Amino acid sequence: MQRMMHATPASRTGMPDRLQRLLPRLVLAPTAVITLVCLYGYMIWTAVISFTNSRFLPVYNFAGFAQYERLLNNDRWWVACQNLAIFGGLFVGTCLLIGVIFAILLDQRIRREGFIRTIYLYPMALSMIVTGTAWKWLLNPGLGLDKLLRDWGWEGFRFDWLVDPDRAIYCLVIAAIWQASGFVMALFLAGLRGVDGSIIRAAQVDGASLPTIYWRIVLPCLRPVLFSAVMILAHIAIKSFDLVMAMTAGGPGYASDLPAVFMYQHTFTRGQMGLGSASAVLMLGAVLAVLVPYLYSELRSKRHG
Amino acid sequence: MAGLELRGVRKTYGSASLETLKGIDLKVEEGQFLILVGPSGCGKSTLMNAIAGLESITAGSILIDGQDVTDVEPKDRDIAMVFQSYALYPTMTVRENISFGLRIRKTPVERIDEEVARVAALLQIEPLLERKPAQLSGGQQQRVAMGRALARRPRLYLFDEPLSNLDAKLRVEMRTEIKLMHQRLKTTTVYVTHDQVEAMTLGDCVAVMKDGEVQQFGTPETIYKNPRNLFVASFIGSPPMNFVPVSVAGNAQRVSVRLNSDEGTAVIDAPGLDPALIGRTVLLGIRPEQIALNAHGERSGQEHDGAGVPTRVLVVEPTGPDTLLYAEWNGIKVCCRVAPDQAPAAGTASIWTIDARRAVYFDPESGERLA
Amino acid sequence: MADTRRMLNRVAIHGILLAACAVYLVPLLVMLLTSFKSPEDVRAGNLMTLPVEWTVIGWLKAWDTVSGYFWNSFMITVPAVLISTLIGALNGYVLSKWAFRGSNLLFSLLLFGCFIPFQVILLPMSFTLGKLGLANTTTGLVIVHVIYGLAFTTLFFRNYYVGIPDALIKAARLDGAGFFTIFFRILLPMSTPIVMVSLIWQFTQVWNDFLFGIVFASGEAQPITVALNNLVNTSTGAKEYNVDMAAAMIAGLPTLLVYVVAGKYFIRGLTSGVVKG
Repeated sequence: MQRMMHATPASRTGMPDRLQRLLPRLVLAPTAVITLVCLYGYMIWTAVISFTNSRFLPVYNFAGFAQYERLLNNDRWWVACQNLAIFGGLFVGTCLLIGVIFAILLDQRIRREGFIRTIYLYPMALSMIVTGTAWKWLLNPGLGLDKLLRDWGWEGFRFDWLVDPDRAIYCLVIAAIWQASGFVMALFLAGLRGVDGSIIRAAQVDGASLPTIYWRIVLPCLRPVLFSAVMILAHIAIKSFDLVMAMTAGGPGYASDLPAVFMYQHTFTRGQMGLGSASAVLMLGAVLAVLVPYLYSELRSKRHG
Repeated sequence: MAGLELRGVRKTYGSASLETLKGIDLKVEEGQFLILVGPSGCGKSTLMNAIAGLESITAGSILIDGQDVTDVEPKDRDIAMVFQSYALYPTMTVRENISFGLRIRKTPVERIDEEVARVAALLQIEPLLERKPAQLSGGQQQRVAMGRALARRPRLYLFDEPLSNLDAKLRVEMRTEIKLMHQRLKTTTVYVTHDQVEAMTLGDCVAVMKDGEVQQFGTPETIYKNPRNLFVASFIGSPPMNFVPVSVAGNAQRVSVRLNSDEGTAVIDAPGLDPALIGRTVLLGIRPEQIALNAHGERSGQEHDGAGVPTRVLVVEPTGPDTLLYAEWNGIKVCCRVAPDQAPAAGTASIWTIDARRAVYFDPESGERLA
Repeated sequence: MADTRRMLNRVAIHGILLAACAVYLVPLLVMLLTSFKSPEDVRAGNLMTLPVEWTVIGWLKAWDTVSGYFWNSFMITVPAVLISTLIGALNGYVLSKWAFRGSNLLFSLLLFGCFIPFQVILLPMSFTLGKLGLANTTTGLVIVHVIYGLAFTTLFFRNYYVGIPDALIKAARLDGAGFFTIFFRILLPMSTPIVMVSLIWQFTQVWNDFLFGIVFASGEAQPITVALNNLVNTSTGAKEYNVDMAAAMIAGLPTLLVYVVAGKYFIRGLTSGVVKG
C-alpha cells in the first residue's frame, strides 16, 4: 500500500514541480515590477521633467538646469525652505522633549497608565486635515483662544498668529506637536521598558538618585530610540502638506509655505511642472541627506552587533 | 537492498570555498538505524536536510530503497522527519497535526481516522488529540511530533536532534522508546545528534562527522573500541578517552613507551607501534575504564616493567554508579573509572594498571591512528 | 519625612500627567461642543461654553455636504486595505521563507519606498492614471494606495514571518504541502496579530490620506479629507463653524473608532513597523 504511494511522484499534487519552484518568483514579480516602475521609474521621470521647461503639459526638451536656477532664485521657495527649517526644528525638538519627559513620568508605576497613554496617542489616529481644522478653529482670531481668554477676564489678550505672516508658521508647529508628541512618548516609553531593570537597581544600590540614574544610565541606553524618533519626525516634517493646506493653505500670502505645498501648487495649480518637479527632486535630496547616514549607521551596527 | 545510500554528496554555498559537505559516501541496509553524530557545524544537519530534499546538493546522488531521489521534491521522497523544535503547527489540534500529511495526500477519511488512532495508541497520546500544541508539555509535544512522522508510514524516518530540548530524565525515557519503536517498525532511520550517548545507545551504525566529512563509519562498538583517528576517539565516550603524550623507546623487537608520574615511572609495551617511530613522541589513548587499580598495590621499586604505573590520586569524583579518579601522567591529567567501593581517598598512592592490548596510539600532528 | 516627600512627588507627577491629558483632550472637546451649537451660539459664546441649546443642525448639514465623499472614502479604503494586506502577506512569506537570489535586494529597494517623499512620484503617477482613464476615479485611488502601501505591509509581514521557525515550513513540505497550502493553511492562521496591525495601519493611512486624494481625484470621486478641506477653506458665504466641526468629526470618527477598539495593534504598527524600517 504505502509503496504504491510514492510510485508516481509529482502527479498527485496537481501542479507540476517546476511551476511550484517558480512560484516564489511569480508571487514577488508584481511587486518587483511596481517597485521598479512606480518608485524608481517615476523618480527618474520626475527628474527628467525637472530638466525641461514643462508648464501645463509635459514637454521633453532638454533645458538644462534652468528650472533649478529659477527655483534657487525664487523668493517663495526660500521662504518655504526657511519655514521648513523653523517648523522642522521646533517640531522635532519640542516633540522629543515632551516625549522624553512624559515617558519618564509615565514610567513611575502610574495607575491607569494604559488609559493615560491612550489619551496622549489618539491624535495620531486623526487625519492631519482634521487636526488642522480643529486647530484652525481653536486659534481663530476673534472667536477662538483669543475670545476664550478675554471672556475669562484677560481683557487685553490678543491672539492672531494664524493671520500674522511672521507667526502663522508657529501655529502649524503647535498643531503638529499636539498630533505627534504622544507618539514620540510611546516610542520612548517602549524604549524605557526595554532597559534592563537590574541596571537601575544596581545604580540604586550604588546610591545614585533617580534623576542621576535617568540622566546618566537610562537615557544613554535610549540612543537608538532617539535616532528613530528623529528620523520619523524629520520625515513627517519634510512631507508635511495636509496640515498646512488645512490650516493656512500656505498663507497669509505665502508666509507659511512648506516645500511640499510649494511643489503641489506649482505643479498642479499654477502650471509650472518643470519648476515643481525640480522642487520635488530637491525634497528627495533632503530626505536622502537624512536617511542615508541613518541607514548607514543602522547597517553598520547590525554588522557589528 | 540498501535502505539509504549516499554517493559522493557535496554541498557548496556560494563560492567553492564554502564547502559544507565534502563528498559523503554512506550506505545503510533497509531497516537499519543510522546515527549522524558530530559537533555543531560539522555538516550533519545539512546532510539531513539534503536527504530530506529540503536543500539541494551540488554533486553526488541520494538513493532511497535503491531509487535515485536526488532530484525528487521532498514531498515525493516518502520521508517523515522529527524536528528538534518539534515544528508542530500551532493553530491545529494534535489530531490535525498528525493527520495533516495524510489529508494533503487526499487519503480517505476512514483511513486517516484509523492511522491517527493507531499512532495515538502507540505513543499513548489519545487524551491529547483535541488539544493545541501550546497546551502540551515539552515531552508531550515531542510525542506528537513523533506521531506526525509515524502516521504516514514512510520508507525513511529522519530525526533531527529530537531529544535535545527535553530535560535529562525525559530524554533517557524517550531514547528507550525510540529504540523500542524502531525495533517494532523496522523502518530505515537516520538520526542526527551531538550527544554521543544517544549515538552509542540507539544506532545500528554510526557516522562520526567533522568539517563536512565522515571521519568514521561503523557499528557503535567498532567506533568506541577502534577509533580511526584522534577526533573520533575524543568525541565518543564520556568521560572522554585520556590522551597522554609519550616518547617511543625500545628496539625493533620490542617497542615500548614511558609513563611518568610523581610517584615513579613505568615502561609499557606497545607491540603495535612501528619501530621506525622510536625516538618520536606519540599520543597514548586509553579510556578511563581501561585503567585498573591494583588493590592498594604496594610500590615495588622505582621503575616498573609491564603496565603498572605508580600513581597518586589528586581528585576523587563519585558519580553514583562509579567513581572517577584523577591523577597526572607525563604532566597530563588522567581519568580512571572504578567501582565506588574500590575508590581510594585523595592523596593515596597506588599502582594503576593499563590494559596495554586496548591502548591506542595517535600521531600528535595529523591525529591519525598509529596502532 | 521622606514619606511625605515621596507622597508630594507622586501627587505632582499625577497632576502633571492629568493636566497633559486635559491639553490633549481639549481640541476634541471643543470640536464636539462647537458642533452641537447653533451658529449664533458659536458667535455669542466662546470655545469652552456649553451650547445654550444642544442642536444637531450642524451635524445634519455637514452630513448632507460630505456624506457622498464619506462613502467614497469607504469605497477607496476597504479594497485598498484588503488588497495591500494580502499582497504584503504573500510578499513577506516569500521574502522570509522562500528567499532567492535577488529577493533581499528587492526588499531593500521596496523598503526605501517607505521613506521617499511622495512628491517625487506624483506627476508621473497622474500621467499614468490619466492614460489609463483612471484619473478622478476611486478605482485610481485604490490602485495608488495599494502600490504605495505595499512597502509597509510587506515590511510588517516579513518581520513577523522571520520570527516563525523554518522547521515549520520544512515539516509542512515533507507532509506534502505546496507553496500556497503552506501559506493559507499554516502561516495565515498564525498571523492574526500582524494581519490586525497591517489592516489598521493601512486603514488609518488610506482613510487619512489627503495628498493622493487632492492630486488624483477631484469632484465626485474625492475622499472625505479633500471634501472636508474644501468645506472648511471656502471663503464664500458666512462661516458656519458648527458645520465645519461636525464635518471634521465625521471625517475623524472612523479612525478614532478603530483606535479605541484596536489601539493595541495601532500602537504596535506605529512602533514596530516604523522603528524597524
